[in-house]
Amino acid sequence: MELPTQTFRVTRADLVRYAGASGDFNPIHWSDRFATKVGLPGVIAHGMFTMALVGRAVTAWAGAPDAVVDFGVRFTRPVVVPDDDQGTEIEVAAVVKEVTEDGLTRLDVTATCLGEKVLSQARATIRTPR
Amino acid sequence: MSLDPSFVGRTYPPTAPYQVGREKIREFATAIGATDPAHHDPEAARALGHPDVVAPPTFPVVVTMAANRQIIEDPALGVDYSRVVHGDQRFAYTRPVIAGDELVCVNTIEDITSRGGHGFLTTRTDVRTAAGEPVVAVWSKIVVRGEA
Repeated sequence: MELPTQTFRVTRADLVRYAGASGDFNPIHWSDRFATKVGLPGVIAHGMFTMALVGRAVTAWAGAPDAVVDFGVRFTRPVVVPDDDQGTEIEVAAVVKEVTEDGLTRLDVTATCLGEKVLSQARATIRTPR
Repeated sequence: MSLDPSFVGRTYPPTAPYQVGREKIREFATAIGATDPAHHDPEAARALGHPDVVAPPTFPVVVTMAANRQIIEDPALGVDYSRVVHGDQRFAYTRPVIAGDELVCVNTIEDITSRGGHGFLTTRTDVRTAAGEPVVAVWSKIVVRGEA
């Protein structure tokens, strides 16, 4: 079963706010000068910020903010966030792989940015919505 | 960059307890745009059976990333942090993190490999309450990029 795709807009302001809330102040997430110096195409989103947005999608599908039992991702491609008001967009989709008898649902999740996959092996196990 | 594989299996001393604050959960939830009332309003969280506001599923990284400095900054292991990128991340929950939790982390180096000149370091952080109740196990794989 496919779940409805959810879209999240990401701007530089979001990265600054996430840096403060998470304590991850790596300058690749706020300084073009630093990011390009280390060979990145520009400022990139924290992988954990992308994962947090996917987490939002998962809890929304579950219909409960405390439903996540297991959640793992592999970061395969950086999410480049331009310095403008539009930023970029991350699309999150998922399919239900399995519903177990003990009340768990296993999801395979995909996250894309500009049509490119930014996560792989993204999987979540949630308590099955009632 | 090659990391010494003899560090695999090493467990570090428990970290000092981290006090999970209600405002920290609200701040984190706001930063990721998570508007569910259970992240912000204790009454909404109580309606789900929790004593206080519930953290979003990736919140524990606030605690574990700080705790992982034990490993990243272990001079004997010698990770060059300026060459580090995040590879994988996983959370396996016993129960959600709730405001008021006092969390202790125990870090273990689970795997070290190298491939194509890059080093791969997998850490497991067992997050428990100060009283010893298991809350969440957190795995993180970092890649230490080799000199190009």
